[in-house]
Amino acid sequence: MQEGAVLELRGISKFFPGVKALQNVDFTLRAGEVHALMGENGAGKSTLIKCLTGVYPKDEGEIYMAGHDKAVNIRSPQDAQNIGISTVYQEITLCPNLTVAENMYIGRTKGSVTHWKQMNRGAEKILSELGIPAAPGQQLSSCSIAVQQMVAIARAVDMDCKVLILDEPTSSLDESEVAKLFNLMRDLKARGVGIIFVTHFLDQVYEISDRITVLRDGQLVGEYVIEDMPRVQLVSKMLGKELGDISGIKEQSDASVDMGSVPVLEAEQLASTAGIKPFDFSIHKGEVNGFTGLLGSGRSECVRAIFGADRTVGGTIKMNGKPVKIRKPLDAMKNGIGYLPEDRKLDGIVGDLSVRDNIILALQVMKGFFKPFSRAQAEAFADEYIKLLEIKTASSDTPINSLSGGNQQKCIVARWLLTNPVYLILDEPTRGIDVGTKTEIQKLVLQLAGEGKSVTFISSETDEMLNTCSRLIVMRDRKVVGELKGADLNQDMIMATIAGGEAQ
Amino acid sequence: MKEDKTLLKKHGMSDTNTLLTITITVFVLMYVFAMVFLKGAFLKPQTFCNLLNENAALIILACGMSLVMITGGIDISVGYLTALVCMSCAVHLDYGGGSVPTAMLLALGIGVAFGVVQGFLVAYLEIQPFIITLAGMFFAKGMTTIVNNTQFNVAHEGFQALKATRIYLPVGSVNRLGNYVPAYVEIGVIVALVVVAVLFVVLRWTRLGRSFYAVGGNNQSANMLGINVKRNKFYAHLLCSILASIGGFVYFLHVGSGSPSHASGYEMNAIASSIIGGTLLTGGVGNIAGTFFGVLSLGTIKNIVSSLGLDEAWWTNITVAFMICLFLIIQSVVLMRKNKKKV
Amino acid sequence: MSTETKTPVRKESRSIGEMLKGLVRQQMFIPVAALLALVLFNLIADPSFFAIKLGTNSAGDPVLTGYLITILDNASELVILAIGMTLVTAASGGQDISVGATIAIAGSVMLRVLCGANASSTMQAPIWVAFLICCVVSMLFGAFNGVLVAYLKIQPMVATLILFTAGRSIAAWINNNQLPIISDPVFSYAGTFIPGCPVPTPIFIAIACVAVIFLVLKFTNLGLYTQAVGINAQSSRLNGINPEKIKFLAYVILGLCVAVAGYIKVSRFSTINYSVVAKDIEMDAILAVALGGNALGGGKFNMAASILGAYVIQFLTTTLFKFNVNSSALPAYKAVVVIILVVMSAPAVKAKLGSLHKKNGSAKPAKEAA
Repeated sequence: MQEGAVLELRGISKFFPGVKALQNVDFTLRAGEVHALMGENGAGKSTLIKCLTGVYPKDEGEIYMAGHDKAVNIRSPQDAQNIGISTVYQEITLCPNLTVAENMYIGRTKGSVTHWKQMNRGAEKILSELGIPAAPGQQLSSCSIAVQQMVAIARAVDMDCKVLILDEPTSSLDESEVAKLFNLMRDLKARGVGIIFVTHFLDQVYEISDRITVLRDGQLVGEYVIEDMPRVQLVSKMLGKELGDISGIKEQSDASVDMGSVPVLEAEQLASTAGIKPFDFSIHKGEVNGFTGLLGSGRSECVRAIFGADRTVGGTIKMNGKPVKIRKPLDAMKNGIGYLPEDRKLDGIVGDLSVRDNIILALQVMKGFFKPFSRAQAEAFADEYIKLLEIKTASSDTPINSLSGGNQQKCIVARWLLTNPVYLILDEPTRGIDVGTKTEIQKLVLQLAGEGKSVTFISSETDEMLNTCSRLIVMRDRKVVGELKGADLNQDMIMATIAGGEAQ
Repeated sequence: MKEDKTLLKKHGMSDTNTLLTITITVFVLMYVFAMVFLKGAFLKPQTFCNLLNENAALIILACGMSLVMITGGIDISVGYLTALVCMSCAVHLDYGGGSVPTAMLLALGIGVAFGVVQGFLVAYLEIQPFIITLAGMFFAKGMTTIVNNTQFNVAHEGFQALKATRIYLPVGSVNRLGNYVPAYVEIGVIVALVVVAVLFVVLRWTRLGRSFYAVGGNNQSANMLGINVKRNKFYAHLLCSILASIGGFVYFLHVGSGSPSHASGYEMNAIASSIIGGTLLTGGVGNIAGTFFGVLSLGTIKNIVSSLGLDEAWWTNITVAFMICLFLIIQSVVLMRKNKKKV
Repeated sequence: MSTETKTPVRKESRSIGEMLKGLVRQQMFIPVAALLALVLFNLIADPSFFAIKLGTNSAGDPVLTGYLITILDNASELVILAIGMTLVTAASGGQDISVGATIAIAGSVMLRVLCGANASSTMQAPIWVAFLICCVVSMLFGAFNGVLVAYLKIQPMVATLILFTAGRSIAAWINNNQLPIISDPVFSYAGTFIPGCPVPTPIFIAIACVAVIFLVLKFTNLGLYTQAVGINAQSSRLNGINPEKIKFLAYVILGLCVAVAGYIKVSRFSTINYSVVAKDIEMDAILAVALGGNALGGGKFNMAASILGAYVIQFLTTTLFKFNVNSSALPAYKAVVVIILVVMSAPAVKAKLGSLHKKNGSAKPAKEAA
C-alpha cells in the first residue's frame, strides 16, 4: 500500500450481462483527504462504490484497507461497515417506518437488546450538533426528503469510520444544508477520515475536494490534484473530448419573443392542494422562462398545478386567451402541455416497459384507449426519436430501466416531443445526468423555443437557468416573490431576490 | 430540547401506534356495548375467559402471522399446519404409543421442518412467500389425510388429564342455583399469553425485532444499513411455523381430537386478526398487542352475532367480513389523512 | 496446436450456454417445460393416457372421452379465471382470493333467477336473462373489490379477504340456504355436451374467452395501460392514465370472468353446493398466473403464459387422479410439483445454474489443453 493511504482498490472489474461496467480500475484514498470521483453517467462511479461497499460482488481485483495485511473481503454492506467504511447513497436508503434514532443506529449496534433511552439520547446529541430539524422519536417518513438525507449523513459520520463515501448526497439538499455538510466534511478531514465524494456539481467539487479521480466508460482516466486541474479540462476529461460550447449557448437564442401578444398560457391566482400560495403566471410563444428558488420553495408545485398533477383549489388558466379547465394531467395534455417531472425514477419512467412503450406512452394515451398504434407505427416513432436525441440503447425493445440516467431522461423528453406540445414544462431535466447530456438538453430547449414552442425550465443550477431562460420567476416559502428579466438576470440579483429583496 | 418536544407532538404517533390505538378502542367499545345492551352472558367473567379459551390457538397463530407480515411476507400454511399437528399428535398418542412430551416434540419438529423449508425457499431462493406457503398449505392438507383420513377422539389418559386442567381465577359469578362459580382458563391460554408477552418484548426491545420492522419497511435500505435481510426473513418464517405448531398443539389440547377439517380457514382468520390489529400486509407496521386484541375482537363479534339470535352460520361470516371491511376502511382513511397532513 | 483447438471449443460451449440461458430466460419456458415433462411422464408410464375415444353417452349422443378431453374440459373455469387474475395481478400488484366465493355467488344468483323464490325445478326465466343478471351481479362484486383496492388503496389480498370470508354465506343467503335443482336439460348444455356435438361445451367457452381477451388486448390499450399502472402508477397518472380506473376495470373484468366460470360450474351439476363449489380454485388461478412466470408483484404480464399455466395445473391434477391418488391427498403431491417448478424458475437458482454452466464451459478447454 502507498504511504498515507487508507484505502486502495487495485484492478477492480465488474461485468453485467452484456456490459463491462468496470474494467481494471485503480483508486487510492489517502487519510484526511476529500477525493472526488467524477465521470459521466454510466462511467461506473456508482458501480465502483457498490463493489466497494459489498452491494455488488466484484468480479476481479483486490481491496486493501489500512490496518489489514491482506486484501479485505467485503461481501455485504455489513462487512463494509465492520471494517470502517460507511456510505451515504444517492437515493435514500433508510427505513421509512422506523424512527429517526433507530435509522441512525440500526444494523450497527452490538448486543441483541435495543436501549431506546440511550439511543434517543445519542441521536438527539448528533441531531442538534448537526442542526438537523428532526426529533429522535419521530417516524422517518414524516420528515422531508432533505432531512432524511441529513439523517443518513448523520448516521454515516457517527460511525467510527476510516472511509466515508458520499454518493451524490447533495442533490436533495439546499445551499445552507450543503454548507453544513461541508463544514462536517472539513471536521472529519481534520480527524483523518478519508472521504470519497461523488457529485455532478462542479462548484462543490472545487470547493471541498483535494484530489479528483475521473472515470469514463468503466475505465480509469486518471487521478489529479485539484489545483492542477482547471474546470474546462476536467469536463473534457470526463467527456473524452475537447469542447468549447459549454458556455455561451445563450448567444444563439434571439430575443424575438413578442411580449405584447396574447400569452400561450396564462394562469391567474392558481393554487393547489400541495400548499402553494395563489400565483399568477404567463408564457408567450417562443419564450423560455423558469422558476427559481431554494429547494422546497414551491417551484415544482407551481408547474404541477399548471399541469393538473396536483389538484387545483382555485384560480383560472387561459390558453391563447380562452379559459380552459385543467383538472387532471390528461386535460393539460389535450391542451398541448407537456410535463417532464422532477423525479425521473418515481414520476417519469415506467421501469420495466421498453424504451418504445415509454416513448409512445403519452401520445398513445392522448390518442385513446381504443385506438392503439400498430407495432410498426410505434417502432417508427421510437426509432425516429432514438436517432434524433441520440438515445444510447441496444434496441427500442430494451427495458428503460437498464439505460443510464441521462438516456432515460432523453426518453422522457422524446415522449413529450412526440406529442408535439405548444408548451413544454421541464422540471429539473438535468438532475443527476452527465455534463454532455446537460448541454444537449439546454441546447434542445433553445432550439424548441426557436421553433415557436414555449418552454418552462426549472433547474437547481442557476447557471443553466441563466443560459436558457429569458425570464425568471423567483419563489420563496411557496410564494412568488419576484420576476427577473433583461439586465436583472444575473446570479447576484437572483440571490438577492431569493434572500428577501432588500438584502444587499 | 424544547423544540424537539413540540416537533414530536406535531408529527404525532407512528403508524404502528396509531393503528394499535384504533384497534384497542374499537375492541373496548364493542365489549362495553355488548355488556350494556346485551347483558346476559357478557356480564359474566367466564364469558371473557371462554373467549380466551376458544381463541388461544388462534392468538398464537396470529402472532406468528404478524411477525411474517411485519417483514413484508405472508404465510398461508398455518391453518392446515395446525390440522397436521393435531392429526399427527393424535395418531402418535393413540396408535404410536407416544406420551404427551413426545407428542409435544413431534409438534415442534413438524413446525421446525416446515419453517426451515419455507424460510429457506422464501429468504434464500427469493421465491414469493405466497406461492411457497401456498404449496406448504397444500402439502400440509394432503399429509393430514395421508396420516389419517377420518376424525377421531384421543383416549390417551395423560393427555386427557392435561386437557382437563383448569386454572381458576379469583373472579367468578353466581349461577342459577345461587352457587358461586369461579371463572377458569385452560392451559392453552397461559401459553398464548406468554407467547404474546415474549413476542411483544422481542419486537420492541431486541435487535431481532427491530430488524424485522426494518426489513418490512424497505428491504433494500435495510440491506444497505447492514442488516442481514435474508437471515431475518428466514427467522420470521421459521418462527411463524414454530408458533403455528405450538398453536396447533394448543388447538389439539382444546379439542382433543384429530381431523382433516380442524382449524380450516384459520390462516385467513389469523390474517384477518393481524389486519384488525393494525398490521399492514405491505410490511413494516404492526404490533403484537394489536394482534391479540384483533383476535379478541373477531371472537367478540362472533359472540355478539350469536347472542343476537342470528344463529345461521352465514350471519357470522357476513358480520366478520363486514367488520374486516370496516376496519380496513378506517385504517385506510386514517393513514391517508395522516400522510396528507404531512405534505 | 493447443491454441488452435482451444478457441473453437470455447466458442461452441459458450454459444450453447447462451442459447440455453436465452431459453431459460423466456417467460414461456416454465409452463412449456412443465407441460413437456408431464407429457413425457405419461408417455413413459402409460401411453394410453393420450387415447381419445368416440362413444355415446346415456342419452345416445356422440361424445369424446379420454384424459386429454377431461383436461381440456375441466381446465375451462381455471383458464377463464386466469385471464382475469392475470390482469388483476398486473394492474394492482396483488391477487383476488375471493374468486371461489364469488363463483358461488354467481351460481347462486343464476339459480335464484331461474328457479324463482320457491326453488321450483322448472325454469322461471330464460337462461340468457339469468346469465345477464349473473354477470351484472358478479361485476358488482368485482367492482366492490375494485373500489377497495383502487380508491381506498387497500392491499388486494386483504381487500378480497372480505368477500372470501362472506362470499359463500352470501351465496347461501341468496337462495335461503336451499339447493335448487334444475331438471331442464337445456340448462346443462353449457357445462356438459350440446346434443350432436361430441366435444364438451366448456372447451368452446374457454376458447371463446381466450379469443375475446386476445382481441381486446390487440385492439385496445388495455395491455399497455395495465402494465404501465402496475409498474409505476404515479408516472402513468402524469401521462394521462387514470390508474384507479384501470385497477378498478381489472377487477370488473375479473368479475365478468367469474360470472362465466360460475355459469359453467352450476351448469355441470344443474345445482350448487355453496360450501364446496369451486373450492380452492382461487389458489389454482393464482398458481396459474405464477406458473406463467408473471410477477405476483404486478407489472409486466404474459397472458398466453398464464393460460398455458392453467392447463398445466389441470394436466397435473388429472395425471395424479389417473394414478389413483386419493383426492384428499392430492394437494400434497401437487405441492411437491409446485415447489419443484418454482424452485427451478427462481432467479437465484437460475443464476447458480448459469454460473455452473460457465464454469464447466471454461473448465473443458483447460483440461483439453493439458
